[in-house]
Amino acid sequence: MNPLAALGGLGRAVLSLLATFGKVGIFAVDAISHIFRPPFYPREFFVALMNVGWLSLPVVGLTAIFTGGALALQIYAGGARFNAEAVVPQIVAIGMVRELGPVLVGLMIAARVTSSIAAEIATMKVTEQIDALVTLSTHPMKYLTAPRVLAALITVPLLVGIGDVIGIAGGYVVATENLGFNAATYLQNTVNFLETKDIVSSLVKGAAFGLIAAIMGCYYGMNSGRGAQGVGRATKSSVESAAIMILAANFILTGVFFSV
Amino acid sequence: MIRMENVTKAFGDNQVLQGMNLEIPKGTSMVIIGGSGTGKSVALKCILGLIKPDSGMIYVDGKDATKGDRDAFLARFGMLFQGAALFDSLPVWQNVSFRLLRGPLKRPAEYAREIAIEKLRRVGLKSDVADRFPSELSGGMQKRVGLARAIAAEPEIIFFDEPTTGLDPIMSGVINDLIREIVTEMGATAMTITHDMSSVRAIADNVAMLHGGVIQWTGPVSQMDASGDPYVEQFISGSAEGPIEAVR
Repeated sequence: MNPLAALGGLGRAVLSLLATFGKVGIFAVDAISHIFRPPFYPREFFVALMNVGWLSLPVVGLTAIFTGGALALQIYAGGARFNAEAVVPQIVAIGMVRELGPVLVGLMIAARVTSSIAAEIATMKVTEQIDALVTLSTHPMKYLTAPRVLAALITVPLLVGIGDVIGIAGGYVVATENLGFNAATYLQNTVNFLETKDIVSSLVKGAAFGLIAAIMGCYYGMNSGRGAQGVGRATKSSVESAAIMILAANFILTGVFFSV
Repeated sequence: MIRMENVTKAFGDNQVLQGMNLEIPKGTSMVIIGGSGTGKSVALKCILGLIKPDSGMIYVDGKDATKGDRDAFLARFGMLFQGAALFDSLPVWQNVSFRLLRGPLKRPAEYAREIAIEKLRRVGLKSDVADRFPSELSGGMQKRVGLARAIAAEPEIIFFDEPTTGLDPIMSGVINDLIREIVTEMGATAMTITHDMSSVRAIADNVAMLHGGVIQWTGPVSQMDASGDPYVEQFISGSAEGPIEAVR
Protein backbone atom coordinates (compact mmCIF):
# COMPACT_ATOMS: atom_id res chain seq x y z
CA MET A 1 0.00 0.00 0.00
CA ASN A 2 1.23 3.47 -0.90
CA PRO A 3 2.26 5.17 2.41
CA LEU A 4 1.30 8.59 1.07
CA ALA A 5 -2.20 7.38 0.21
CA ALA A 6 -2.52 5.86 3.69
CA LEU A 7 -1.38 9.13 5.25
CA GLY A 8 -3.86 11.04 3.07
CA GLY A 9 -6.65 8.72 4.19
CA LEU A 10 -5.70 9.22 7.83
CA GLY A 11 -5.62 13.00 7.33
CA ARG A 12 -9.07 12.98 5.73
CA ALA A 13 -10.44 10.89 8.60
CA VAL A 14 -8.97 13.30 11.20
CA LEU A 15 -10.32 16.33 9.33
CA SER A 16 -13.73 14.72 9.05
CA LEU A 17 -13.71 13.95 12.79
CA LEU A 18 -12.73 17.52 13.63
CA ALA A 19 -15.44 18.87 11.31
CA THR A 20 -18.02 16.68 13.07
CA PHE A 21 -16.83 17.95 16.47
CA GLY A 22 -17.21 21.50 15.20
CA LYS A 23 -20.71 20.87 13.84
CA VAL A 24 -21.84 19.15 17.06
CA GLY A 25 -20.36 22.03 19.09
CA ILE A 26 -22.21 24.67 17.04
CA PHE A 27 -25.41 22.60 17.22
CA ALA A 28 -25.06 22.26 21.01
CA VAL A 29 -24.59 26.01 21.52
CA ASP A 30 -27.58 26.71 19.26
CA ALA A 31 -29.74 24.11 21.05
CA ILE A 32 -28.88 25.46 24.51
CA SER A 33 -29.47 29.06 23.42
CA HIS A 34 -33.00 28.13 22.28
CA ILE A 35 -33.83 26.96 25.82
CA PHE A 36 -33.67 30.60 26.94
CA ARG A 37 -35.28 32.26 23.91
CA PRO A 38 -39.05 32.39 23.38
CA PRO A 39 -41.38 31.05 22.17
CA PHE A 40 -41.41 28.17 24.66
CA TYR A 41 -43.33 24.94 24.23
CA PRO A 42 -44.39 23.77 27.72
CA ARG A 43 -46.42 20.80 26.45
CA GLU A 44 -43.48 19.41 24.49
CA PHE A 45 -41.24 20.00 27.54
CA PHE A 46 -43.65 18.08 29.79
CA VAL A 47 -43.84 15.18 27.32
CA ALA A 48 -40.01 15.13 27.16
CA LEU A 49 -39.81 15.16 30.98
CA MET A 50 -42.03 12.09 31.10
CA ASN A 51 -40.15 10.27 28.34
CA VAL A 52 -36.64 11.04 29.54
CA GLY A 53 -37.24 10.99 33.28
CA TRP A 54 -40.28 9.10 34.50
CA LEU A 55 -40.27 6.35 31.87
CA SER A 56 -36.53 5.74 32.37
CA LEU A 57 -36.97 4.98 36.06
CA PRO A 58 -37.59 1.21 35.72
CA VAL A 59 -34.51 0.59 33.58
CA VAL A 60 -32.36 2.83 35.78
CA GLY A 61 -33.64 1.18 38.96
CA LEU A 62 -33.05 -2.35 37.70
CA THR A 63 -29.58 -1.50 36.39
CA ALA A 64 -28.62 0.12 39.71
CA ILE A 65 -29.96 -2.58 42.01
CA PHE A 66 -28.23 -5.44 40.19
CA THR A 67 -24.99 -3.47 39.90
CA GLY A 68 -25.03 -2.55 43.60
CA GLY A 69 -25.65 -6.19 44.55
CA ALA A 70 -22.91 -7.51 42.27
CA LEU A 71 -20.52 -4.84 43.55
CA ALA A 72 -21.09 -5.93 47.15
CA LEU A 73 -20.37 -9.57 46.22
CA GLN A 74 -17.21 -8.62 44.30
CA ILE A 75 -15.82 -6.40 47.03
CA TYR A 76 -16.53 -9.00 49.67
CA ALA A 77 -14.82 -11.72 47.63
CA GLY A 78 -11.87 -9.49 46.69
CA GLY A 79 -11.54 -8.00 50.16
CA ALA A 80 -11.47 -11.50 51.70
CA ARG A 81 -8.06 -12.05 50.08
CA PHE A 82 -6.49 -9.57 52.49
CA ASN A 83 -9.01 -9.65 55.35
CA ALA A 84 -10.74 -6.44 54.28
CA GLU A 85 -14.32 -7.72 53.95
CA ALA A 86 -15.54 -4.96 56.26
CA VAL A 87 -15.03 -2.26 53.63
CA VAL A 88 -18.01 -3.45 51.57
CA PRO A 89 -20.40 -0.60 52.63
CA GLN A 90 -17.81 2.11 52.01
CA ILE A 91 -16.65 0.82 48.63
CA VAL A 92 -20.18 0.12 47.41
CA ALA A 93 -21.16 3.66 48.37
CA ILE A 94 -18.17 5.34 46.79
CA GLY A 95 -18.23 3.08 43.73
CA MET A 96 -21.91 3.70 43.08
CA VAL A 97 -21.97 7.42 43.79
CA ARG A 98 -18.73 8.46 42.16
CA GLU A 99 -18.59 6.14 39.15
CA LEU A 100 -21.05 3.36 38.50
CA GLY A 101 -24.22 5.30 39.26
CA PRO A 102 -23.58 8.20 36.87
CA VAL A 103 -21.86 6.13 34.17
CA LEU A 104 -24.41 3.33 34.05
CA VAL A 105 -27.35 5.70 34.19
CA GLY A 106 -25.68 7.80 31.45
CA LEU A 107 -25.18 4.73 29.27
CA MET A 108 -28.72 3.49 29.86
CA ILE A 109 -30.04 6.94 28.95
CA ALA A 110 -27.88 6.87 25.80
CA ALA A 111 -29.39 3.50 24.91
CA ARG A 112 -32.98 4.40 25.74
CA VAL A 113 -33.35 8.12 25.23
CA THR A 114 -30.67 9.07 22.67
CA SER A 115 -31.78 6.31 20.33
CA SER A 116 -35.44 7.22 20.73
CA ILE A 117 -34.82 10.94 20.13
CA ALA A 118 -32.62 10.26 17.08
CA ALA A 119 -35.06 7.78 15.54
CA GLU A 120 -38.07 10.02 16.15
CA ILE A 121 -36.50 13.20 14.77
CA ALA A 122 -34.87 11.36 11.85
CA THR A 123 -38.23 9.82 10.92
CA MET A 124 -39.79 13.28 11.13
CA LYS A 125 -37.08 14.53 8.80
CA VAL A 126 -37.47 11.84 6.16
CA THR A 127 -41.26 12.18 6.18
CA GLU A 128 -41.00 15.98 5.75
CA GLN A 129 -42.52 16.65 9.19
CA ILE A 130 -39.61 18.99 9.99
CA ASP A 131 -40.27 20.93 6.77
CA ALA A 132 -43.94 21.01 7.76
CA LEU A 133 -42.99 22.50 11.13
CA VAL A 134 -41.08 25.27 9.37
CA THR A 135 -43.97 26.06 7.05
CA LEU A 136 -46.19 26.29 10.14
CA SER A 137 -43.87 29.05 11.47
CA THR A 138 -42.42 26.74 14.14
CA HIS A 139 -38.66 26.59 14.63
CA PRO A 140 -37.63 22.90 14.85
CA MET A 141 -34.80 23.72 17.27
CA LYS A 142 -37.27 25.35 19.65
CA TYR A 143 -40.05 22.81 19.23
CA LEU A 144 -38.04 19.57 19.06
CA THR A 145 -34.56 20.15 20.46
CA ALA A 146 -34.86 22.67 23.29
CA PRO A 147 -37.57 20.77 25.27
CA ARG A 148 -35.66 17.48 25.02
CA VAL A 149 -32.30 19.00 25.99
CA LEU A 150 -33.81 20.85 28.96
CA ALA A 151 -35.71 17.76 30.10
CA ALA A 152 -32.55 15.64 29.98
CA LEU A 153 -30.54 18.32 31.77
CA ILE A 154 -33.05 18.32 34.64
CA THR A 155 -34.05 14.67 34.88
CA VAL A 156 -30.80 12.77 34.31
CA PRO A 157 -29.13 14.15 37.50
CA LEU A 158 -32.28 13.12 39.39
CA LEU A 159 -32.12 9.68 37.79
CA VAL A 160 -28.46 9.44 38.79
CA GLY A 161 -29.35 10.37 42.37
CA ILE A 162 -32.10 7.75 42.42
CA GLY A 163 -29.75 5.21 40.78
CA ASP A 164 -27.11 5.90 43.43
CA VAL A 165 -29.59 5.27 46.25
CA ILE A 166 -31.02 2.11 44.63
CA GLY A 167 -27.50 0.80 43.89
CA ILE A 168 -26.47 1.30 47.51
CA ALA A 169 -29.71 -0.39 48.55
CA GLY A 170 -28.83 -3.35 46.28
CA GLY A 171 -25.47 -3.66 48.00
CA TYR A 172 -27.15 -3.34 51.39
CA VAL A 173 -29.63 -6.14 50.69
CA VAL A 174 -26.91 -8.50 49.45
CA ALA A 175 -24.56 -7.61 52.31
CA THR A 176 -27.13 -7.97 55.08
CA GLU A 177 -29.00 -10.98 53.67
CA ASN A 178 -26.13 -13.02 52.20
CA LEU A 179 -22.87 -11.79 53.66
CA GLY A 180 -23.83 -11.44 57.31
CA PHE A 181 -23.43 -7.68 57.71
CA ASN A 182 -25.32 -5.89 60.46
CA ALA A 183 -27.97 -3.66 58.89
CA ALA A 184 -27.51 -0.64 61.18
CA THR A 185 -23.72 -0.76 60.98
CA TYR A 186 -23.85 -1.06 57.20
CA LEU A 187 -26.00 2.06 56.86
CA GLN A 188 -23.90 3.95 59.42
CA ASN A 189 -20.69 3.14 57.53
CA THR A 190 -22.25 4.17 54.21
CA VAL A 191 -23.51 7.52 55.48
CA ASN A 192 -20.33 8.35 57.39
CA PHE A 193 -18.06 7.55 54.47
CA LEU A 194 -19.73 9.59 51.75
CA GLU A 195 -18.70 13.23 51.36
CA THR A 196 -20.63 16.14 49.86
CA LYS A 197 -18.16 16.23 46.98
CA ASP A 198 -19.03 12.63 46.07
CA ILE A 199 -22.71 13.49 45.74
CA VAL A 200 -22.10 16.79 43.93
CA SER A 201 -19.79 15.09 41.42
CA SER A 202 -22.41 12.43 40.81
CA LEU A 203 -25.13 14.98 40.07
CA VAL A 204 -22.85 17.16 37.91
CA LYS A 205 -21.90 14.10 35.91
CA GLY A 206 -25.60 13.30 35.55
CA ALA A 207 -26.31 16.77 34.14
CA ALA A 208 -23.38 16.54 31.73
CA PHE A 209 -24.38 13.06 30.55
CA GLY A 210 -28.01 14.12 30.13
CA LEU A 211 -26.91 17.05 28.01
CA ILE A 212 -24.68 14.83 25.86
CA ALA A 213 -27.38 12.16 25.44
CA ALA A 214 -30.06 14.62 24.33
CA ILE A 215 -27.82 16.69 22.08
CA MET A 216 -26.38 13.67 20.26
CA GLY A 217 -29.89 12.28 19.69
CA CYS A 218 -31.14 15.60 18.33
CA TYR A 219 -28.02 16.27 16.24
CA TYR A 220 -28.04 12.92 14.46
CA GLY A 221 -31.83 13.03 14.06
CA MET A 222 -31.75 16.47 12.48
CA ASN A 223 -28.87 15.48 10.18
CA SER A 224 -30.25 12.09 9.19
CA GLY A 225 -29.90 10.74 5.66
CA ARG A 226 -32.83 9.66 3.53
CA GLY A 227 -35.01 6.60 3.94
CA ALA A 228 -35.04 3.78 6.44
CA GLN A 229 -31.29 3.35 6.10
CA GLY A 230 -30.75 7.02 6.98
CA VAL A 231 -32.90 6.67 10.10
CA GLY A 232 -31.07 3.49 11.12
CA ARG A 233 -27.66 5.06 10.59
CA ALA A 234 -28.64 8.21 12.52
CA THR A 235 -29.87 6.12 15.45
CA LYS A 236 -26.78 3.93 15.54
CA SER A 237 -24.37 6.88 15.25
CA SER A 238 -26.20 8.84 17.95
CA VAL A 239 -25.93 6.02 20.50
CA GLU A 240 -22.29 5.25 19.67
CA SER A 241 -21.29 8.91 19.87
CA ALA A 242 -23.26 9.57 23.04
CA ALA A 243 -21.78 6.51 24.78
CA ILE A 244 -18.21 7.42 23.85
CA MET A 245 -18.69 11.07 24.80
CA ILE A 246 -20.27 10.09 28.12
CA LEU A 247 -17.27 7.88 28.96
CA ALA A 248 -14.83 10.61 27.89
CA ALA A 249 -16.73 13.26 29.86
CA ASN A 250 -16.74 10.93 32.88
CA PHE A 251 -12.94 10.65 32.71
CA ILE A 252 -12.56 14.43 32.45
CA LEU A 253 -15.03 15.19 35.25
CA THR A 254 -13.47 12.56 37.51
CA GLY A 255 -10.13 14.29 36.93
CA VAL A 256 -11.68 17.69 37.70
CA PHE A 257 -13.31 16.54 40.95
CA PHE A 258 -10.85 14.02 42.30
CA SER A 259 -7.39 14.62 40.82
CA VAL A 260 -4.84 14.65 43.59
CA MET B 1 -47.37 37.77 -6.94
CA ILE B 2 -44.63 35.10 -6.95
CA ARG B 3 -41.67 35.59 -9.28
CA MET B 4 -38.58 33.43 -9.68
CA GLU B 5 -35.67 34.95 -11.60
CA ASN B 6 -32.77 32.83 -12.82
CA VAL B 7 -32.90 30.55 -9.78
CA THR B 8 -30.17 27.91 -9.70
CA LYS B 9 -29.62 25.10 -7.26
CA ALA B 10 -27.17 22.20 -7.32
CA PHE B 11 -26.69 19.26 -4.96
CA GLY B 12 -23.05 18.29 -5.40
CA ASP B 13 -22.52 17.62 -9.11
CA ASN B 14 -26.25 17.44 -9.78
CA GLN B 15 -27.36 20.81 -11.19
CA VAL B 16 -31.10 20.64 -10.49
CA LEU B 17 -32.28 24.18 -11.28
CA GLN B 18 -30.31 25.94 -13.99
CA GLY B 19 -31.84 29.39 -14.19
CA MET B 20 -35.52 28.86 -13.55
CA ASN B 21 -37.84 31.76 -14.36
CA LEU B 22 -41.50 31.66 -13.37
CA GLU B 23 -44.26 34.10 -12.57
CA ILE B 24 -47.50 33.25 -10.77
CA PRO B 25 -50.07 36.07 -10.78
CA LYS B 26 -52.09 36.71 -7.65
CA GLY B 27 -55.21 34.57 -7.22
CA THR B 28 -54.29 32.10 -9.96
CA SER B 29 -53.53 28.41 -9.85
CA MET B 30 -50.20 27.41 -11.39
CA VAL B 31 -49.38 23.73 -11.92
CA ILE B 32 -45.79 22.70 -12.55
CA ILE B 33 -45.35 19.48 -14.46
CA GLY B 34 -42.20 17.57 -15.29
CA GLY B 35 -40.52 14.22 -14.86
CA SER B 36 -39.31 12.80 -11.58
CA GLY B 37 -36.13 14.42 -10.31
CA THR B 38 -36.42 17.53 -12.47
CA GLY B 39 -36.46 19.85 -9.46
CA LYS B 40 -40.16 20.67 -9.05
CA SER B 41 -40.14 20.15 -5.29
CA VAL B 42 -36.78 21.92 -5.02
CA ALA B 43 -38.31 24.98 -6.73
CA LEU B 44 -41.21 24.96 -4.32
CA LYS B 45 -38.94 24.57 -1.29
CA CYS B 46 -36.74 27.41 -2.56
CA ILE B 47 -39.74 29.76 -2.51
CA LEU B 48 -40.56 28.74 1.06
CA GLY B 49 -36.93 29.11 2.14
CA LEU B 50 -36.63 25.43 3.10
CA ILE B 51 -33.79 25.21 0.57
CA LYS B 52 -31.44 28.10 -0.16
CA PRO B 53 -30.91 28.71 -3.90
CA ASP B 54 -27.31 29.01 -5.11
CA SER B 55 -28.19 32.11 -7.12
CA GLY B 56 -31.15 34.01 -8.52
CA MET B 57 -33.94 35.94 -6.87
CA ILE B 58 -37.38 35.03 -5.58
CA TYR B 59 -39.97 37.74 -5.03
CA VAL B 60 -43.32 37.52 -3.29
CA ASP B 61 -45.46 40.61 -3.83
CA GLY B 62 -42.40 42.32 -5.27
CA LYS B 63 -40.36 41.81 -2.07
CA ASP B 64 -37.26 39.65 -1.77
CA ALA B 65 -38.50 36.41 -0.18
CA THR B 66 -35.25 35.90 1.73
CA LYS B 67 -35.52 39.20 3.61
CA GLY B 68 -37.89 40.49 6.27
CA ASP B 69 -39.79 38.79 9.09
CA ARG B 70 -39.66 35.06 8.42
CA ASP B 71 -42.62 34.16 10.64
CA ALA B 72 -44.83 36.79 8.99
CA PHE B 73 -43.70 35.52 5.57
CA LEU B 74 -44.48 31.87 6.38
CA ALA B 75 -47.81 32.81 7.99
CA ARG B 76 -49.00 33.72 4.48
CA PHE B 77 -48.39 30.16 3.21
CA GLY B 78 -50.14 26.86 3.55
CA MET B 79 -48.60 23.67 2.26
CA LEU B 80 -49.83 20.18 1.51
CA PHE B 81 -46.85 17.82 1.50
CA GLN B 82 -46.57 14.79 -0.76
CA GLY B 83 -46.86 12.32 2.13
CA ALA B 84 -49.12 14.69 4.10
CA ALA B 85 -46.30 15.08 6.74
CA LEU B 86 -48.75 14.89 9.63
CA PHE B 87 -47.25 14.91 13.12
CA ASP B 88 -47.54 11.33 14.39
CA SER B 89 -47.54 12.35 18.05
CA LEU B 90 -50.57 14.63 17.75
CA PRO B 91 -54.23 13.74 17.16
CA VAL B 92 -55.76 14.87 13.89
CA TRP B 93 -57.46 17.99 15.26
CA GLN B 94 -54.19 19.24 16.79
CA ASN B 95 -52.45 18.65 13.45
CA VAL B 96 -55.08 20.71 11.64
CA SER B 97 -55.09 23.59 14.12
CA PHE B 98 -51.34 23.40 14.85
CA ARG B 99 -50.87 27.11 14.14
CA LEU B 100 -53.82 28.03 16.34
CA LEU B 101 -52.48 26.15 19.36
CA ARG B 102 -49.09 27.85 19.62
CA GLY B 103 -47.16 30.91 18.53
CA PRO B 104 -48.53 34.34 17.61
CA LEU B 105 -51.86 32.97 16.28
CA LYS B 106 -52.56 31.03 19.52
CA ARG B 107 -56.24 30.67 20.40
CA PRO B 108 -58.09 28.81 23.19
CA ALA B 109 -58.00 25.03 22.67
CA GLU B 110 -61.82 24.75 22.36
CA TYR B 111 -61.88 27.35 19.60
CA ALA B 112 -58.92 25.71 17.80
CA ARG B 113 -60.74 22.36 17.97
CA GLU B 114 -63.90 23.87 16.50
CA ILE B 115 -61.90 25.35 13.63
CA ALA B 116 -60.19 22.00 13.07
CA ILE B 117 -63.52 20.15 12.91
CA GLU B 118 -64.91 22.76 10.52
CA LYS B 119 -61.87 22.41 8.24
CA LEU B 120 -62.09 18.62 8.42
CA ARG B 121 -65.72 18.84 7.36
CA ARG B 122 -64.61 21.15 4.53
CA VAL B 123 -62.37 18.41 3.16
CA GLY B 124 -65.06 15.75 3.56
CA LEU B 125 -64.05 14.18 6.87
CA LYS B 126 -66.40 13.57 9.78
CA SER B 127 -65.80 15.01 13.23
CA ASP B 128 -65.02 11.59 14.73
CA VAL B 129 -61.74 11.64 12.80
CA ALA B 130 -60.59 14.61 14.92
CA ASP B 131 -59.47 12.52 17.88
CA ARG B 132 -57.73 9.80 15.90
CA PHE B 133 -53.99 9.73 15.31
CA PRO B 134 -52.56 9.98 11.77
CA SER B 135 -51.37 6.37 11.85
CA GLU B 136 -55.00 5.27 12.21
CA LEU B 137 -56.01 6.89 8.90
CA SER B 138 -55.81 5.68 5.31
CA GLY B 139 -53.52 7.45 2.81
CA GLY B 140 -56.43 9.35 1.26
CA MET B 141 -57.69 10.49 4.66
CA GLN B 142 -54.18 11.61 5.64
CA LYS B 143 -53.99 13.67 2.45
CA ARG B 144 -57.29 15.31 3.28
CA VAL B 145 -56.14 16.06 6.83
CA GLY B 146 -52.99 17.57 5.31
CA LEU B 147 -55.20 19.68 3.07
CA ALA B 148 -57.30 20.77 6.07
CA ARG B 149 -54.08 21.78 7.87
CA ALA B 150 -52.89 23.72 4.82
CA ILE B 151 -56.07 25.81 4.73
CA ALA B 152 -56.71 26.05 8.50
CA ALA B 153 -55.21 29.51 8.90
CA GLU B 154 -56.73 30.67 5.58
CA PRO B 155 -53.41 31.46 3.90
CA GLU B 156 -53.03 33.73 0.87
CA ILE B 157 -50.74 31.27 -0.91
CA ILE B 158 -51.11 27.49 -0.93
CA PHE B 159 -48.59 24.95 -2.24
CA PHE B 160 -49.59 21.41 -3.12
CA ASP B 161 -46.78 18.89 -3.58
CA GLU B 162 -48.08 15.96 -5.64
CA PRO B 163 -51.51 16.00 -4.00
CA THR B 164 -52.82 12.86 -5.73
CA THR B 165 -49.73 10.63 -5.78
CA GLY B 166 -50.51 7.17 -4.43
CA LEU B 167 -54.27 7.68 -4.41
CA ASP B 168 -56.86 5.74 -6.36
CA PRO B 169 -58.59 7.60 -9.27
CA ILE B 170 -61.74 8.29 -7.28
CA MET B 171 -59.85 9.73 -4.30
CA SER B 172 -57.64 11.68 -6.73
CA GLY B 173 -60.77 13.20 -8.24
CA VAL B 174 -62.09 14.11 -4.80
CA ILE B 175 -58.79 15.79 -3.84
CA ASN B 176 -58.59 17.64 -7.19
CA ASP B 177 -62.12 18.97 -6.80
CA LEU B 178 -61.39 20.02 -3.22
CA ILE B 179 -58.26 21.90 -4.26
CA ARG B 180 -60.07 23.69 -7.08
CA GLU B 181 -62.98 24.60 -4.79
CA ILE B 182 -60.73 25.82 -2.01
CA VAL B 183 -58.56 27.90 -4.30
CA THR B 184 -61.58 29.48 -5.98
CA GLU B 185 -63.48 30.00 -2.73
CA MET B 186 -60.56 31.44 -0.76
CA GLY B 187 -59.18 33.44 -3.68
CA ALA B 188 -55.76 32.06 -2.83
CA THR B 189 -52.73 31.88 -5.08
CA ALA B 190 -51.87 28.21 -5.63
CA MET B 191 -48.82 26.37 -6.89
CA THR B 192 -49.15 22.64 -7.46
CA ILE B 193 -46.60 20.05 -8.45
CA THR B 194 -47.89 16.95 -10.11
CA HIS B 195 -47.31 14.23 -12.69
CA ASP B 196 -51.01 13.53 -12.91
CA MET B 197 -52.50 15.06 -16.07
CA SER B 198 -56.07 14.73 -14.79
CA SER B 199 -55.00 16.86 -11.80
CA VAL B 200 -53.46 19.41 -14.15
CA ARG B 201 -56.71 19.79 -16.06
CA ALA B 202 -58.79 19.95 -12.88
CA ILE B 203 -56.63 22.34 -10.87
CA ALA B 204 -54.68 24.60 -13.22
CA ASP B 205 -55.28 28.07 -14.58
CA ASN B 206 -51.73 28.05 -15.93
CA VAL B 207 -49.23 25.29 -16.52
CA ALA B 208 -45.41 25.32 -16.55
CA MET B 209 -43.26 22.48 -17.87
CA LEU B 210 -39.97 22.09 -15.97
CA HIS B 211 -37.21 20.09 -17.63
CA GLY B 212 -33.44 20.34 -17.58
CA GLY B 213 -33.56 22.82 -14.72
CA VAL B 214 -35.50 25.45 -16.69
CA ILE B 215 -39.13 26.15 -17.58
CA GLN B 216 -39.50 24.80 -21.13
CA TRP B 217 -43.01 26.09 -21.67
CA THR B 218 -45.62 27.99 -19.72
CA GLY B 219 -49.11 29.10 -20.62
CA PRO B 220 -52.82 28.75 -19.85
CA VAL B 221 -54.09 25.21 -19.36
CA SER B 222 -56.48 25.77 -22.29
CA GLN B 223 -53.44 26.09 -24.61
CA MET B 224 -51.52 23.16 -23.18
CA ASP B 225 -52.72 20.55 -25.68
CA ALA B 226 -51.86 22.81 -28.62
CA SER B 227 -48.65 24.19 -27.12
CA GLY B 228 -46.47 22.81 -29.92
CA ASP B 229 -43.74 22.28 -27.36
CA PRO B 230 -42.16 18.84 -27.80
CA TYR B 231 -41.54 18.43 -24.05
CA VAL B 232 -45.16 19.20 -23.16
CA GLU B 233 -46.47 17.01 -25.96
CA GLN B 234 -44.35 14.06 -24.88
CA PHE B 235 -45.36 14.54 -21.24
CA ILE B 236 -49.07 14.68 -22.09
CA SER B 237 -48.90 11.64 -24.37
CA GLY B 238 -46.69 9.68 -21.97
CA SER B 239 -44.60 8.52 -24.91
CA ALA B 240 -41.11 7.09 -24.43
CA GLU B 241 -40.09 8.78 -27.71
CA GLY B 242 -39.18 12.46 -27.61
CA PRO B 243 -36.79 14.99 -26.14
CA ILE B 244 -37.31 13.72 -22.57
CA GLU B 245 -35.11 10.67 -22.10
CA ALA B 246 -36.97 7.69 -20.72
CA VAL B 247 -33.85 6.46 -18.93
CA ARG B 248 -32.55 9.15 -16.59
